[in-house]
Amino acid sequence: MGKNRLAKKVAMIGAGMSKFGAHFPHKRNPDLWIDAWLDAISRVDNGINPKDIDACYVGNYSSDLFNHQGHLGPQMADLVGLTPKPAGRFEGACASSGIAFRQAILAIASGVHDVVAVSGVECMTELPTTGVTDVLATASDSLFEYPAGATFPGLYATIASAHFHKYGTTVEDLMRIGIKNHENGKENPYAQMQSSISDMMKSKIAKIEKSGGKLPDWKDEFDFLKSSSNPIIAYPLRLFDCSLITDGAACVFLAAEDVARNFTDAPIWISGTGQGSSALSLHDRNDLTSFIATKEAARQAYDMSGLQPKDIQIAEVHDCFTIAELVALEDLGFYEKGKAAEAVRNGETKRDGSLPINTSGGLKSKGHPVGATGAAFCVEVFKQMRGIAERNRQVKFDVERMLTHNLGGSGATCVVTIFEK
Amino acid sequence: MSEIERDFTIKSYLDFLAEKKLMGSKCKDCGAMYVPVRKLCPKCNIANMEWTEMSGKGEIAAFTSITVGTPFFVEKGYDRNRPYCFSVIKLNEGPMVSGQLIGVDESKPETISIGMPVKATFIETDIRGETRVDLGFEPI
Repeated sequence: MGKNRLAKKVAMIGAGMSKFGAHFPHKRNPDLWIDAWLDAISRVDNGINPKDIDACYVGNYSSDLFNHQGHLGPQMADLVGLTPKPAGRFEGACASSGIAFRQAILAIASGVHDVVAVSGVECMTELPTTGVTDVLATASDSLFEYPAGATFPGLYATIASAHFHKYGTTVEDLMRIGIKNHENGKENPYAQMQSSISDMMKSKIAKIEKSGGKLPDWKDEFDFLKSSSNPIIAYPLRLFDCSLITDGAACVFLAAEDVARNFTDAPIWISGTGQGSSALSLHDRNDLTSFIATKEAARQAYDMSGLQPKDIQIAEVHDCFTIAELVALEDLGFYEKGKAAEAVRNGETKRDGSLPINTSGGLKSKGHPVGATGAAFCVEVFKQMRGIAERNRQVKFDVERMLTHNLGGSGATCVVTIFEK
Repeated sequence: MSEIERDFTIKSYLDFLAEKKLMGSKCKDCGAMYVPVRKLCPKCNIANMEWTEMSGKGEIAAFTSITVGTPFFVEKGYDRNRPYCFSVIKLNEGPMVSGQLIGVDESKPETISIGMPVKATFIETDIRGETRVDLGFEPI
C-alpha cells in the first residue's frame, strides 16, 4: 500500500481525441474539442450523458496568444451541454491538461464531484511558425533567458549539451528516439505524421530521382538525418529532434469508485498521481542534465501507488524534443543517470522491447498541441490497457500498469500519473 | 564598498547592466548569492540583502548555437547562415546566468566546449532609436 493515498479511488472510464494535425482554419478550438468529446463518449461502455458529469476541467496553454481567446472553461463546457456546471481552465505550459487531469482526480477524491470531464485543447497553426515559436517562448523566462536569445529548441539543446558532456550521449542516440517514435506514429490513425523516417527518406530520394538531381548516398536513416534534409535548429538538435506544431484536443472522463461501474465493467484506476515544479530558468537550477520537477512528481506517484519503476510495463513520456525523452527515462527511474541511451541503443524502448515508450508515436510523430498533450497521453493509456490500440501498435502483452509523464515548458512543471487495471 | 541604495528589483538589476555592471544580491544572513537579483532569500525566507558586484568571470555550463532565432535576434541580423550562441554560464562566485556567447565560431559549435573560461561583456544594440544593453560572455 502506498503513502498519501487518495481518500477515494478514481477511475478513468473513457478517453478520446480529435485527429491531430494542422487544421486551422477548417477547425478551431471549439471544433477540435467537439471531435475529442464525440470520440471519448463513443468509448464509454455504457454511455455517458452531460447530466452524469459534475464539472469540466480544461487544460490549455495559450489560447490568449494563439487565438486571441481567453476564458476557455465555460466555452468548452457549454459546447457539450455542461452549462451551468463548474468549468475552468488550467495552465502549466505543455503540462496544462496534465494539471487539469490531476485536479479532476483530486476533486473526485475529495468527494465534491463524482464525474469530471477533462479537456485538453490547443489550436496553434492560426499563427505562422515564427509566431508559434514566440508564444512558446513565453513558457520560459522572458526576463532573462529570452533576451539572451533562448528559443524552446534552444533551451532543450542547451540541456542536451550538458547531457552529452556529462554522459557521452550522442546525436545518434537522439536520432534513435525520433526513428522509434515515427515507427509508432505510423501505426496511429490519429497522429499528425503517420510515416516512418525511413519512408520519408525514400520519398525524398524518389523526389530527387524524378527531378533528375544527384542522388544522395544515404545508407540508412542516420545518414539522412545527418544531411541538409534535416537542418540544425539549435545545435545539436535538428528538425527531426523537435516535436510538431499541432492543432488538436483530447477528452478524458474520470469517475469516483462508487459510480465508475455504472459506466463500465473495466475501469482503469488511478494508482498514483504526482506533480512537481522547479525554477523557470535553466540558470536557476542545480543540475542541467535532469529535471527535478519530474523526479518529484514521480516520487509522489510511485509513493502513492506503492509501485516502483521496475513495475511499470509501458509508458508515454513527454518527448517535446528527443533529448527530453532520454532525460525522462532517467528521471522516472527506469534507467540510471547516463544509462538510458544504452537502453535505447539496445531497442528496449521499442514497441517489442522490454519497456515500450511512446507507442502512440509521441509528440514527435503524433503531434504536440501543447495544452492537449497531457490529456492525449491518457487516450493511449486507455487503448493500450484495454488492448484496442489501432493498426499494429498494440503491445503484445496484457498491460496491467502504465505511466504517463507530462512536462511543462523547459521542465519547470511536471505531472506523473500511474494507471492500474 | 559603501552600501548601495537601490531597491532589490529587476529594474535595478537591469539599470546596473545598462551601466555595464553585473550585480547580484547577497543574503546577509546565510551568504547565498543571487544573480539576477532577488530581494527575498528563499533559503532563509528573509529579505536582508546587500548588493555585490560579480567579477564577470566564469565558465560555460551549457550552450547551443541557434539557427532559428527569436524575433529580437532575427532583427539583429542572425539567421540560418549566421547563427548565434545562447549559453548558461557558471560564474566564479557560484550563481549561473544566461547570456549570449560571442567571440566564438557559432557556425562550428563543435569548437566550443563546456568548461571553457569566459568573461562578461555588455552587448549594446541600437534598436528603433534606442540603445539597449544585454549581458553577454566571451572566451578569455
